[in-house]
Amino acid sequence: MLHIYCPHCGESRDEEEFHPVGQAHIERPKDPDACSDKEWGEFLYFRRNPRGLHHELWVHAAGCRKFFNMTRNTQTYEIKEVYKLGEQPSVVAE
Amino acid sequence: MAQQTHKETRRLSTGGRIDRSKPITFTFNDKQYKGYEGDTLASALLANGVDIIGRSFKYSRPRGIVAAGAEEPNAIMQLGATEATQIPNVRATQQALYDGLVCKVTNGWPNVENDLMSWVGKLGGKMMPPGFYYKTFMYPKSMWETYESYIRKAAGLGRSPKENDPDRYDNMNQHCDVLVVGGGPAGLMAALTAARGGARVILADEQNEFGGSLLSSKESIGNKPATEWVDDVVKELARFDNVQLLTHATVNGYHDHNFLTIHQHLTDQSFDKAPNGQICQRLHRVRAKWVVLATGAHERPLVYGNNDVPGCMVANAVSTYIQRYGVVPGKDLVLMTTNDNAYRAALDWHDAGHNVVAIVDTRKNPKGTLVEAARERGMTVMLGSGVVDVQGSKRVTGVSIAKLNEAGDQVEGAVIEVKADTVASSGGWSPVIHLSCHTGSRPVWNDEVVGFLPGPSQQQQLTAGAINGAYSTAAALEQGINVGQSALEKLAMKMADVSVPETETLTEAEPMALFHIPHPKPTHKAPKQFVDLQNDVTAAGIELACREGFESIEHVKRYTAMGFGTDQGKLGNINGMAIAAKYLKQSIPETGTTIFRPNYTPVTFGAIAGRDCGELFDPKRYTAMHQWHMEHGAKFEDVGQWKRPWYYPKAGETMQEALNRECLATRESVGILDASTLGKIDIQGKDAREFLGRVYTNAWAKLAVGKCRYGLMCGEDGMVFDDGVTSCLAENHFLMTTTTGGAAHVLSWLELYHQTEWPELEVYFTSVTDHWATMTISGPNSRRLLETLTDGDVSKESMSFMDWKAMTVAGVPARVFRISFTGELSFEINVQANYGMHVWKALFEQGKQFNLTPYGTETMHILRAEKGFIIAGQDTDGSVHPFDLGMPWAVSMQKPFSFIGKRGMQREDCVRKDRKQLVGLKTTDPSVVLPEGAQGVFDPKASIPMPMVGHVSSSYWSANLGRSVAMGFVKGGHDKMGQKVYYPLVDGRVVEAEICSPVFLDPKGERQNV
Repeated sequence: MLHIYCPHCGESRDEEEFHPVGQAHIERPKDPDACSDKEWGEFLYFRRNPRGLHHELWVHAAGCRKFFNMTRNTQTYEIKEVYKLGEQPSVVAE
Repeated sequence: MAQQTHKETRRLSTGGRIDRSKPITFTFNDKQYKGYEGDTLASALLANGVDIIGRSFKYSRPRGIVAAGAEEPNAIMQLGATEATQIPNVRATQQALYDGLVCKVTNGWPNVENDLMSWVGKLGGKMMPPGFYYKTFMYPKSMWETYESYIRKAAGLGRSPKENDPDRYDNMNQHCDVLVVGGGPAGLMAALTAARGGARVILADEQNEFGGSLLSSKESIGNKPATEWVDDVVKELARFDNVQLLTHATVNGYHDHNFLTIHQHLTDQSFDKAPNGQICQRLHRVRAKWVVLATGAHERPLVYGNNDVPGCMVANAVSTYIQRYGVVPGKDLVLMTTNDNAYRAALDWHDAGHNVVAIVDTRKNPKGTLVEAARERGMTVMLGSGVVDVQGSKRVTGVSIAKLNEAGDQVEGAVIEVKADTVASSGGWSPVIHLSCHTGSRPVWNDEVVGFLPGPSQQQQLTAGAINGAYSTAAALEQGINVGQSALEKLAMKMADVSVPETETLTEAEPMALFHIPHPKPTHKAPKQFVDLQNDVTAAGIELACREGFESIEHVKRYTAMGFGTDQGKLGNINGMAIAAKYLKQSIPETGTTIFRPNYTPVTFGAIAGRDCGELFDPKRYTAMHQWHMEHGAKFEDVGQWKRPWYYPKAGETMQEALNRECLATRESVGILDASTLGKIDIQGKDAREFLGRVYTNAWAKLAVGKCRYGLMCGEDGMVFDDGVTSCLAENHFLMTTTTGGAAHVLSWLELYHQTEWPELEVYFTSVTDHWATMTISGPNSRRLLETLTDGDVSKESMSFMDWKAMTVAGVPARVFRISFTGELSFEINVQANYGMHVWKALFEQGKQFNLTPYGTETMHILRAEKGFIIAGQDTDGSVHPFDLGMPWAVSMQKPFSFIGKRGMQREDCVRKDRKQLVGLKTTDPSVVLPEGAQGVFDPKASIPMPMVGHVSSSYWSANLGRSVAMGFVKGGHDKMGQKVYYPLVDGRVVEAEICSPVFLDPKGERQNV
C-alpha cells in the first residue's frame, strides 16, 4: 500500500484515502469543435503506459477532495514527487 | 471420545522447554493423545509415535513430519472442535498444543492409514507425470467442474467452516521507527540496539517465544547458556516503553513503502473458541520507517530416493525436537550431510542415548569441531558417500548408502544397506528471503553461501544474520548490532551503547554444494526423489519438464507446480532449481529463481477482515423516515448504501398486487414517495451558472430564480452518465439533484473539471444529500393535500410546472419543487432532515381524506416507464448519447462554450443512422411482460447466431393501462415505428413486440399541467 504525501494537506497518508485518476497533464482541447475525430479520439482514449516514470493525476478522495499530480515509477512504485495542479514536475519522465 | 489416551513413547524424561507438570489432552483423527504445555502439535504427535500425518497431494503416499517450523510441507491440519471453529491449513509445527485441541489430517480419503488413492501413487510416475492435471482433466472442458470437486477432495486442501465463526478478529494500524522481523540472535540484537538508541521498535517473531535457533542450541553467549541470554535480552526489551514485543506473530507480507502485515495468533494458541469474546487473531498493519529482516534460514533437505517416507526429516528439525521438546523422533538414525553444522543432529541424538547408525558425509575429507566431536563419541562417519534411497512405506525401515564420485553426480561402487528408522539430511541452508522478494526485489545467488541472498531493494530495508548467509551466532549478533546502529543513524538518532557478547568459536570445513543425490539407476527409473513434498514434485518430474521444453524456471514451476500452494517452496525451491540447472547444463544463477509472493504462510480470512464483517462490513444509510417505513411493512431495496422502501405490501398481498394498488392509487388520487436518497449538491459562486452550462448538455444561461430544469450529464465521449433536476435558488446559487447511486461520482466529476480544467471559474460544491428529507406527493389530489398544510400559494396560476418556492409545510420551512417523475401533478417537498418525520406524518394525517398511499422504488419505476422517462444506469449503460435516447430537446448545440459531451456525440460513429436507439415496445400479447435484458432480433427464423438488434432495458406490468409496457434499444429504432421486433427467450418462447413511442400514457402531458 503506497504512502502518499498530499501536497494540500501537508501529510503522508495511506493509499486507501486516495484514488488514481489517470495520466496527468492531459489538457482538454481549447476548441473541441475544431478537433477532427482522430484528434478527439486521441484526447479521449490514448494514454501512456510506461515502464518507469509516469506523471499521474490523483485525488485525495477520502481527505481534502483535492486533485494533485504525482510522478511515480510504475515498476518500483517509488514516488519521486507530488506537485499541485498547474505546476510542472521537476523530475521528468523520459 | 471415551477412548483410552495413547501413551507417549518417544519423550525423554528430562530436558526441553516443555512443562511436564502440565499435561494436555488433545485429539488427532478421533484418537486422544497426551502432550505437555510448551509442545507444538507436531512435537506432541512425534512424542506419541504418530508417523503418518497425511497423504500426499498427487500420489497419495503416506507422509510424516519433516521439519519443525514454518517450512513444514506435510503436517497441514484441519483444526477445530466444532463445525463453527474449523480452521484449515494449520501447520502442526506452528500450532501450540492446548487442552481440548481437536485436529484431523486434511489429506487421506477415506483415512490416512488406508488410502483409496494410493494405488495411483504406487503405480507412480507413469500414471501421473507433471502436467497430469492439465493433460488429463482439461478435456472435455465442460467436465472440468466435475473433475475439480474430486481432485479437491482427493488432494485435501482443507475446508472452510459451514457455520459462522464465533470468534472475534481484529486489525490494528501501527507505526514504528524500526520493525524487526525475527527474534533470533540477529533480530534480538537489532531490536536491543534500536531500543537503547531510543527508536520506537516492534519486534515480531512467528514462534511462541523469542530466541529463534538459540532455543534448540547448547551454545553459550556472554558466558551463559544461550537461552538465559535470550531471557535477559527479552526482559530488557520488555522494560522499554518504546518497544512492542509480538510473539506468535508472522510478518506475512512486505508491501510497498514499508507497509507490512503481521498475522498474530492470540487465543487460537490456547483455546478452540476464545472465552469472553477475546481476540482470536489480529492483523497488524504496520508502516515502518525502517525494516530489519532477521528472518534466518531454512535447512535444505537433500533429494534422494523415497525421501518422503515417514522418518525422513531435515537434520535441524531432529535437533529441535530433541533439544526443545524432549522428543527423539525414532530409534536408529542415519544422518546424511554436505556440511558440518548438521552433525549437531547426530550429536544430540547420541547424547539423548539413542543409536546413531551412521553419519553419511558427501564430502571426502571434512575437518571441523563438530566432525571431531562425532568421531570422539565413536560414531561411524562414512565419507564421500550418500544415501541413495530408503526402504519402507509407512516408516523408514532401511537405508541404502553408496560412495559418490568427486562431483557428487554419480554413484561409485557397491550399495550398502543398513537398518534404521530415521534419516536426517542436510544440504545446507537457504536464507529466508521471502519478505525481501515481496516488493519485487530479485534475489542474488551467492556461491559461498550456496544460496540466494536478498537483492537490492527499493524499500527502507536492512538485513542481518542468516538471511545474509551469516550462519554463526557470533556473526548474527554482530550484524544485528550493525543494522540496529545503522537504522539509528538513518533515523538521525544517537548511536546506542552495545557490544557483541562473547561466543564460542567453532572451526568449520567448507560445505559441499550438492542438492540431488545420484542413484545407481537414472533419475526417471530410480525410486521417486521428492523435491517439493507439498506438491509432489520429483526430480524426475523436473527433468521431464525440462525435456518437454520448459526451460525457464518460471515455466518449470507452473508446469510441475513446484513452490505452489501454502508451501511457497520453502524447502524445495532451491533443490528444484539446482536439478533444472544440472539437467540444462547451466549454473543456478543462469537458471534463475522464481519470486516468492505474499503471504509467507497462510492467513485466515478472519484476520484479514478483522471487524469489517457482519453489520460493520459496509455502512448502511437510512432516511429520516426509515422508522415509519419499517412500521408500515415496507420491503426494502439496497440502492448503493441506501435502504430504500421497495413496496409496501398489505397483509396477504403479493408483490404484484401491492404494486398495482400503489400505481392505481397514485394516478387516481395521490401517492407519496420518500425521495430523500436522491443526490443533492449545493452549487454557489458567481460562475455557477456558467459551470452548469459546461457540464450539462442543455442551456442554463436564462434559467430564472425560482425555476427548475432537467439536465443530462455526459462524459467527453458524449455518453450519458447521470441526469437530474437543477433549480435556481438565487442568482449565484443552484441546487443540483443526481441519481441516488451517482451522487458521489457526480460530485467528484464536478470537482475534477473545476480543479483541473476551469480553476478560473468561481464556484463551490457541497454535498447536501443528508441535510434534506425529500417527500414527493404525486397524483391529481397532491395539490389539495399540500394546501392543507402550507402557507404558500401552490395554485396553478401562482406555481407552474417546473417552479419552486420556499414556504412552510406543516409549520416548518420547506422548499417545494413542482417537478414530476410520474407525469402526474406532483410536488417535491424538501425540509431539513430532522423535520422529515414530522412532515411525513402530518402529510399522512391530512392524507387520510385522499387515500394517500405510500409507494416505493418499484412503483416509481413503473409510473415513470408509463411516461417513457429514463433512469440513468438502467436505460443507459455508458454507450448511449442523448440522441440515442430520443432526447434532442435536452441538448443545446448553440451554447457558446463547447459543453462536455458535445464533441464526443458528434463523432462519426455517434451519428450513424443505425445506432441502437431507445424506443417503446408494445407486446402483441398485452399480457406478456418482456424480461429486462432480453435481446431483440428482426428475423426470429434467422440462423444462429442471430443478428441481435438491442436489448430490453425497462419492462413492467402497468395496472393503469391494463397491459405491459417496455422500453428498449433497437438498431435504427427511431425510424422503425410500427415495425415488429422479436425476443427469443431462454424458455423457447418468441415474444413479438411493436416498436412505438416510449410514452405510453398521456403523451400530451395534460395530467401534470393542471
